[in-house]
Amino acid sequence: MTYLAKPKLHHPSLPRNSLGFTRRDYEGPVSTLCAGCGHDSISAAIIQAFFELAIPPHKVAKLSGIGCSSKTPTYFLGQSHGFNTVHGRMPSVLTGANLANRDLIYLGISGDGDSASIGLGQFAHLMRRGVNMTYIVENNGVYGLTKGQFSATADRGSKSKAGYSNEDEPIDLVMLALTLGATFIARGFSGDKAQLVPLIKAAVQHKGAAIIDVVSPCVAFNNHPGSTKSYDYVRAHNETVNFLDYMPVREEIVDEAGPGSVTTVKLHDGGAIRVRRVAADYDPHNKVAVMGYLEAAREAGEVVTGLLYLDESAADLHDGQNTVERPLNALADAELVPGSAALAKLNAALR
Amino acid sequence: MRPLERVNDFVVKFANVNGSGSASANGLFAKAVLRMGVPLAARNIFPSNIQGMPTWYEVRVVESGWRGRRGGVDLAVAMNPETWNADVAELEPGGYLLYDSTRPLTAGRMREDIVLLGVPLTGMCAQMYSDPRQRQLFKNIMYVGALAGLLHIEPEVIEKLLTEQYSGERKAPLLDANRAAFRRGYDFVNAELPPIGMRMERRDRVGERIFVDGNSAAALGAVYGGATVCAWYPITPSTSVAEAFKRYCQKLRVDPATGKNRFAIVQAEDELASIGMVVGAGWNGARAFTATSGPGISLMQEFIGLAYFAEIPAVLIDVQRGSPSTGMPTKTQQADVQSAAYASHGDTKHVLLFPEDPTEAFAMGAQAFDLADRLQTPVFLMLDLDIGMQDWLTEPFAWDDSRALDRGKVMSAKELEAGRDFGRYLDVDGDGIPYRTYPGTHAKRGAYFTRGTSKDRYARYTEEGAAYVDNMQRLLRKFESAKELVPAPVIEKSAQPAKAGVLWYGSTGAPMAEALAALEKRGIHLDRCRVRAFPFAEAIADFVAAHDRVFVVEQNRDAQLRGMLVNECGIAPEKLVAILHYDGAPLTARFVEREIAEKAAAFGLAFRDQVSEVRYQKVAGK
Repeated sequence: MTYLAKPKLHHPSLPRNSLGFTRRDYEGPVSTLCAGCGHDSISAAIIQAFFELAIPPHKVAKLSGIGCSSKTPTYFLGQSHGFNTVHGRMPSVLTGANLANRDLIYLGISGDGDSASIGLGQFAHLMRRGVNMTYIVENNGVYGLTKGQFSATADRGSKSKAGYSNEDEPIDLVMLALTLGATFIARGFSGDKAQLVPLIKAAVQHKGAAIIDVVSPCVAFNNHPGSTKSYDYVRAHNETVNFLDYMPVREEIVDEAGPGSVTTVKLHDGGAIRVRRVAADYDPHNKVAVMGYLEAAREAGEVVTGLLYLDESAADLHDGQNTVERPLNALADAELVPGSAALAKLNAALR
Repeated sequence: MRPLERVNDFVVKFANVNGSGSASANGLFAKAVLRMGVPLAARNIFPSNIQGMPTWYEVRVVESGWRGRRGGVDLAVAMNPETWNADVAELEPGGYLLYDSTRPLTAGRMREDIVLLGVPLTGMCAQMYSDPRQRQLFKNIMYVGALAGLLHIEPEVIEKLLTEQYSGERKAPLLDANRAAFRRGYDFVNAELPPIGMRMERRDRVGERIFVDGNSAAALGAVYGGATVCAWYPITPSTSVAEAFKRYCQKLRVDPATGKNRFAIVQAEDELASIGMVVGAGWNGARAFTATSGPGISLMQEFIGLAYFAEIPAVLIDVQRGSPSTGMPTKTQQADVQSAAYASHGDTKHVLLFPEDPTEAFAMGAQAFDLADRLQTPVFLMLDLDIGMQDWLTEPFAWDDSRALDRGKVMSAKELEAGRDFGRYLDVDGDGIPYRTYPGTHAKRGAYFTRGTSKDRYARYTEEGAAYVDNMQRLLRKFESAKELVPAPVIEKSAQPAKAGVLWYGSTGAPMAEALAALEKRGIHLDRCRVRAFPFAEAIADFVAAHDRVFVVEQNRDAQLRGMLVNECGIAPEKLVAILHYDGAPLTARFVEREIAEKAAAFGLAFRDQVSEVRYQKVAGK
């Protein structure tokens, strides 16, 4: 830990969002991760996204599993309740929390070990239930806290720092999320904040299960030649299909084709995102085409980034549950307890 | 051979094939007994299977109101050729065998000391119905008719039950066919068979009591306890808890104005996810529970430790079954007691509630949520298959409308705004119970980070030894505080002064009153203590201290509760005498009486009768 404590005083000229908060109000205590860790860049992107969205920090619940990535919720949104749960099982805790109070914004922070290895089952079921949340996988292909073992997202043939080669097929969480029914699927790179911040903003505003797989190099154990999750490798193989701009106010939809063209997609909250195409033929609404595109890119060794899939028409878990609008944790006794008269009737039916 | 002669005191056992539709006919018989004003104790004995395997239903008609199995059978309804020999063998001498006489019995297969009651069920059904499924189903109603005729059950009682059961648009068309089948059986025995020595007479001994299973009762308790989130994974014998919760919620918890649900039920992908959802919902201020059995508790260990250490309310309904491993899924045991009490790695202790019947399953099912919120910790409602899946004649459910749900120590936005000091793990009241905040309460104050790692009183991460110990000691103080909050033991003195006592919990109570009455007749007088919760109240240790020996009756091999009493209360092991029954069948009074009598004699505790005198001499080496 080489950092100094941040000064508590705010500079009077710090920019403020529409709530009057500065960026500092979205920060947390100083990170204890390694200097240069990709995860810290993601934390910074999260801070920027929530600041720009002007979301009251206390209306966010941030949950994580176990691992380097899962430590990061301490380092952003210090005014939000956070929950560092158990390894690989954050999705179930987030699901329960979401059921209890549908009014909060849920942010799930996980890693490749947490989501693709021990937690693959819970990851899958979180996606297929359409839990309204943003799930960020800080994906470095390696176990950092236990010092350098491969995770399940490590590419076949990639080398560990100790020199071993990974002989197992990688699990692609993006492809998996596509088949499981996630309705907002993106991939980012911790080294590209300009792309990542709008992705996070759009994901947060999306209703339903949103996942962003963020390739986030581990400077200590997976940033060497032979790694496919290093800064150098990802920069060299990053194939960006589009860039996003999040717009809080709905605008006229102008749909064009071709590279550099802009598509506007309405979001559930009335806002919209503008999708600026880089790959001319990439349509994030066509699931079958997306799968084909991703598979071809994978075979070519490319890391496809951008908004990869979006379905804004989706229903979420609460729609399926047909729950009341008011959060379940705010219902009064009278709404919950049927009382003695109802009980007398039940008793009578049991005689 | 003298045929049995009994009035309102006999055991009828139905031997059926599962999936043959016998359950509703057998239930009809049981309800008819109750409508005659006579108590009963009924139990299903069933395999882990859906169709084609043997299943039994045993009805003990018992005017005196004993609740346990008696043991032995007085009248067998033998509808399953596969178990025929065993069913015949189980009959008491002088007992009665009701069988399908459509085809003649093979010679040489029959006992001489029982009475045969042949009713051509298949033949009569074949005459009356053409549909094969109907022929099968109405055979069941027909034998109920035959039993009513033989046992003097008033036919009007059954007619009324059928009318109640087959009402409404969908079911009403079935009423006449059922009635006809019942009548055919009833008329046949009256015309063709001689009277038998066993019969029912109308009484008024049932009163206000209801006939219900413990899983439904616990689920209804969860509704009344304000549970809004249920996350579960199917497992016998707990599945019907979640199903009943859904049924009751659909009836009682839908907003009439909008048709929206004031509840959420998730069938999770496994038990780990079930408890994870419960923990998440509890953390976020909703009352949440899961229902499971022993294997599920094993899977939930890690999360239970998190909920204990991070202090998150959670309710777990554990319907215990035969263990370990897959064990005997459709048999009963009390073998999860220690794995629940100390669930998870590290030093943990959890609150357990031991209801003795569906009435208490309802009451404690509701109370569990108050306790979980008040203590901010997991609370286990320890049912077992015998309570959970069997219908019991039990006191009606009761609710006091003036009762408010106890949400425990939750700091409000107003208190935070007023500047009240908030330390998530700060013991401000000396009871070990800190305050918590729900996420989203206040814009600037009250947020904290919940974690399974060690932390200080203000929820800040620390690996410092003193802070860790401080926190663990507070958790112990909290557990001490729980002693005053959980249901107190029920302690009763014997009619005569007693040097020894007997202690039990949960479904073990069913045969205890009967067993103790029998023991008193043999001169063995015992004071009683029914444990209703862990942590153990001081009164339990006092009870043990006041007696030379205490028999601890439970349904597991390793005397689990006895071990906990020894450890938790510092009791000398030799004072607690284990009486153990764990073959998966419900405990009988005959077993408890025999075991206690033998051991009492060995310890010289009883006024000895002749039988135990002999045993005493043997043990004492005389």
